[in-house]
Amino acid sequence: MNLSQALEIASCTDPGIVRSHNEDSIAADASKGLVVLADGMGGYNAGEVASGMATTVITTELQHLLDDTPPYKIEPATGKPYADRLLREQIAKANTSIFQAAQSQPQYSGMGTTLVAAMFYDNKVTLAHIGDSRAYRLRGEAFEQLTRDHSLLQEQIDSGMITPEQAKFSQNKNLVTRALGIDPTVEPELQVYPTQTGDVYLLCSDGLNDMVSDEDIGMTLQTLSANLRLAAQQLVQMANDNGGRDNVSVILVRVVRDYAAPRGWVARFFSWLR
Amino acid sequence: MPAKLILSMDGLVLKEITLGKERTTIGRKPHNDIQIDNLAVSGEHAVIVTILNDSFLEDLGSTNGTLVNGQPIKKHFLQSNDVIELGKYKLKYINDQAGKTATPQDFEKTMILRPGAAPKPAAAPASAPSASQAVPTMPTSQPPPALATSQPMRPAAPAAPVTQPPSPPPPSASQPMVTSQGVPTMSASQPMSASQPVAAGGKVAAIQILSGANAGKEMELTKALTTLGKPGVQVAVITKRPQGYFITHVEGANFPILNGKLLDAQAHPLGDHDIIELAGVKMEFFYKT
Repeated sequence: MNLSQALEIASCTDPGIVRSHNEDSIAADASKGLVVLADGMGGYNAGEVASGMATTVITTELQHLLDDTPPYKIEPATGKPYADRLLREQIAKANTSIFQAAQSQPQYSGMGTTLVAAMFYDNKVTLAHIGDSRAYRLRGEAFEQLTRDHSLLQEQIDSGMITPEQAKFSQNKNLVTRALGIDPTVEPELQVYPTQTGDVYLLCSDGLNDMVSDEDIGMTLQTLSANLRLAAQQLVQMANDNGGRDNVSVILVRVVRDYAAPRGWVARFFSWLR
Repeated sequence: MPAKLILSMDGLVLKEITLGKERTTIGRKPHNDIQIDNLAVSGEHAVIVTILNDSFLEDLGSTNGTLVNGQPIKKHFLQSNDVIELGKYKLKYINDQAGKTATPQDFEKTMILRPGAAPKPAAAPASAPSASQAVPTMPTSQPPPALATSQPMRPAAPAAPVTQPPSPPPPSASQPMVTSQGVPTMSASQPMSASQPVAAGGKVAAIQILSGANAGKEMELTKALTTLGKPGVQVAVITKRPQGYFITHVEGANFPILNGKLLDAQAHPLGDHDIIELAGVKMEFFYKT
């Protein structure tokens, strides 16, 4: 099933004002309903290598696999949609590739990357994330964060050690507790949300949400929702105008229309004709 | 010189401890590296893990907790001059090396912190310079281009994609110029937070409508984003940035006209007394004195 008629995707990535390298990496395929964003870390260009490997491995592998098996099909063994397994397996594969490269090449030692990926199918979205790259949703007037960072700061907030208000002034913003490519295995966090026509999903690296408040991000998306590409550029520009201390990447996905999975033979026949 | 801790109580310095070991334990019991014999201090209270020039403090589930600079912490990446508090005792962390080997920028880089394990030296910021002899010459040193990675936008459906019109201005928005139909409306977006940079050295600009039913009306551009026009027909946005004001086309088949010249999709800087034409309505941009 081709989703390019149902989803509108715009993205923008920028090294920011301070850094010379862009260690963020993004990939999108509207027809497969797939977007991936990674924020790499490690000395020299190792961060770029890690994030580039993550987006490439996950996107190319999934593009092939989605041709064979529809993501909405329920797996009998787990009762979960196939998308769940696809994402977990490909994230594990990317993790292994990065981990092995980091182990075998001294210049890549210790490299890793955060990840946030979204797979759209059957009027749903499965979000997978590791680390502090985030996914948000704008639905009508409501703008909310869907993922929870795997970071020291979030752990401190969760355990009640500090309030979200104090967190804004914390110096520990950049310490993530989970990343791709650091250990032989990694556990991604997966969530499934039903989508509605008109929803706008935002995937971003911490370069955006560290520099621009959630309130301002939501307001910008609402004001510029008619022009997704401009909205993406505006968000990057706002991060840079506020100091641009880190690489900034955003991917915006708007649900333009219904994309329910074909059910029954009549629907399947028409879907095949499309 | 390795980092050190200065133990004090009520302003009296009790002793100085050098952080020479990878793990330095703090607690009431005698087997701790730093023993503080006080009932407010737990048997095994906290631990400091030191890797190269970086030290991480972790509270070991103590009864009365550990504070750093007055804030309760579970784990904390120690910075020079941090003050650790355990009951009435204070431990000042001094590290002269941190500033020399790592620039402030390095501290903002994302790093992995693995719970239960000491961070790998490679993940610590100070280790970066030590790896400088390894010049990457690998053919794979460039990340392979991801599919569609550089494509900034995939246009949606053909003729008329279903788009949400921008939401109406909140009731609190200043002077919504909504009048009879067919006349472009103006709506100010919600106020931005105080962190927003002040545009053009603090100078505030305004728009005055020159033609149409709203002729003569004026609106100050105090918000970061102000949309002009009629949703679904033609909309442009004026953005307020540190460098000044810019106009950008948002939606509609027609682009705005600036001083008689048709604009493209790019953002254009606005100058004092520029004339904007949008959906047949002329307006003037000017800086307020």
